[in-house]
Amino acid sequence: MSRVPLEILFGPNASDLHDFLEIISLSIGVSLAATALATAVSLPIGTALAIYPFRGRRLIVVLINAFFGLPPVVVGLVLYLALSRSGPLGSLALLFTPTAMVMAQTILAIPIITALVHRASERAWARYGDELVADGATRLRAVPQILMIIRADLVTAVLAGFGRTVSEVGAVILVGGNIRGLTRTMTTTIALQTSQGDLSLALALGAVLVGISISISATVFALAGRARTAGSDEV
Amino acid sequence: MIRFRNVLALVVAIAAINASSAEPQSIILASTTSVEASGLLAKILPQFAARTSITVNVVAQGTGKALDTARRGDADLLLVHDPDTEQQFMDEGHGSTRRQIAWNDFIIVGPSADPAHVKGGSDSVAALQAIAALQAPFVSRGDKSGTNAAELRLWKTAGQAPDALNKEKWYRDIGGGMGQALNAASAMDAYTLTDRGTWLSFNNKGSLIVAIEGDPRLLNRYDVIELNPQKHAGSKLATAKVFADWLVSSDGQQAIGAYQVNGERLFNPSANSPK
Repeated sequence: MSRVPLEILFGPNASDLHDFLEIISLSIGVSLAATALATAVSLPIGTALAIYPFRGRRLIVVLINAFFGLPPVVVGLVLYLALSRSGPLGSLALLFTPTAMVMAQTILAIPIITALVHRASERAWARYGDELVADGATRLRAVPQILMIIRADLVTAVLAGFGRTVSEVGAVILVGGNIRGLTRTMTTTIALQTSQGDLSLALALGAVLVGISISISATVFALAGRARTAGSDEV
Repeated sequence: MIRFRNVLALVVAIAAINASSAEPQSIILASTTSVEASGLLAKILPQFAARTSITVNVVAQGTGKALDTARRGDADLLLVHDPDTEQQFMDEGHGSTRRQIAWNDFIIVGPSADPAHVKGGSDSVAALQAIAALQAPFVSRGDKSGTNAAELRLWKTAGQAPDALNKEKWYRDIGGGMGQALNAASAMDAYTLTDRGTWLSFNNKGSLIVAIEGDPRLLNRYDVIELNPQKHAGSKLATAKVFADWLVSSDGQQAIGAYQVNGERLFNPSANSPK
């Protein structure tokens, strides 16, 4: 990034630049942590739903897909009430902290990643499931192999989760409180600048947000593409 | 599985970052949007931090929401500006002390074309009556903030009940902060009531101009409220008191009075407050 857009954004003031970098690193850090957590939860669940038949499985799959469109502001509100000092998790003192924002974004990302992982696993299981267990392997042993087969879809799933978290404002502004230097992210800064009538600043920061999120997604996609080609003869 | 170990390591790293960035002493200040949006807190908080190493984390909300946040125990201190709802908060036993720290005034702004012909006057009630008679567009915060409460009091004096206003097409309840209301008024060529601090520091005025100012009914006082330890044992009240005391000290008062935007003072220290 050249110096010019930064100076348009914040003037030559060094502390403003410091604030700016802090906002970016918090945004990315919170969203990456939430995506990582959501992935850790979603991979096993998404795959298990595809390969283990049980009563009510269809209903769970429908619910997860329905939660795709979970409104962030509702997630934020419910989490806000839960984390409030007068709420059930109040003793943790997590409201208005980055941890609360990670929790909110994790909740938002889990249905998306799980649904995409499930869809890909289901397809792979239909195609290779018989072979995988025919060798005498248990279904549990088949899980890593299924994940290996669908790894290209996994990248898409994780990126979709990351895209959801980094661009979201409704939940993080509620549970984070948009505190300067502590819980102020790119999206909440844009909301704040708009409310101060600094529309051109808000737009400039919006462009930065779009640029960063596109570069991260493109980088991950490119890296995964290389891995995919390198390991293509395994399948 | 390596993947999960990596994830775990990342989570631990994030937790460590959180822990190390947590200040030994920090408080949550629930404040109105105007003290944040006007830039006042960004200006005076570093001066306070330099003296005490206490970090004040500001959650900017409308006065109504800020009081609710404190009621639930999620704030350590309040900086708000609605005498009526503040009194209610004190009566409920949530607050221990309430001190005025600054004042400025509300103004009515509107389009420079001034369809209601109220420009240059100082009678806010007569102006609202003229706006209503003409059905000129008027933007209301509609968010239970201090400014919203002041606006509704003025309308009541002008003979208009809030319920009746909400049925009027020209009365536009936007349910947002001061800046959003000014953005909306600017876009819709509407009148609105604003605090002077946010107005002076606002950068998207468009054709909006000051229509009414100088009415004694437009006084806007900012209070700092400490919480009652009996109801809010979980809050950091001792640390909060250090900041509250600083705000009313000559040091803090000087910092408030020294804040200017484009050569205009936004907040007057409370020492020379009109009673």
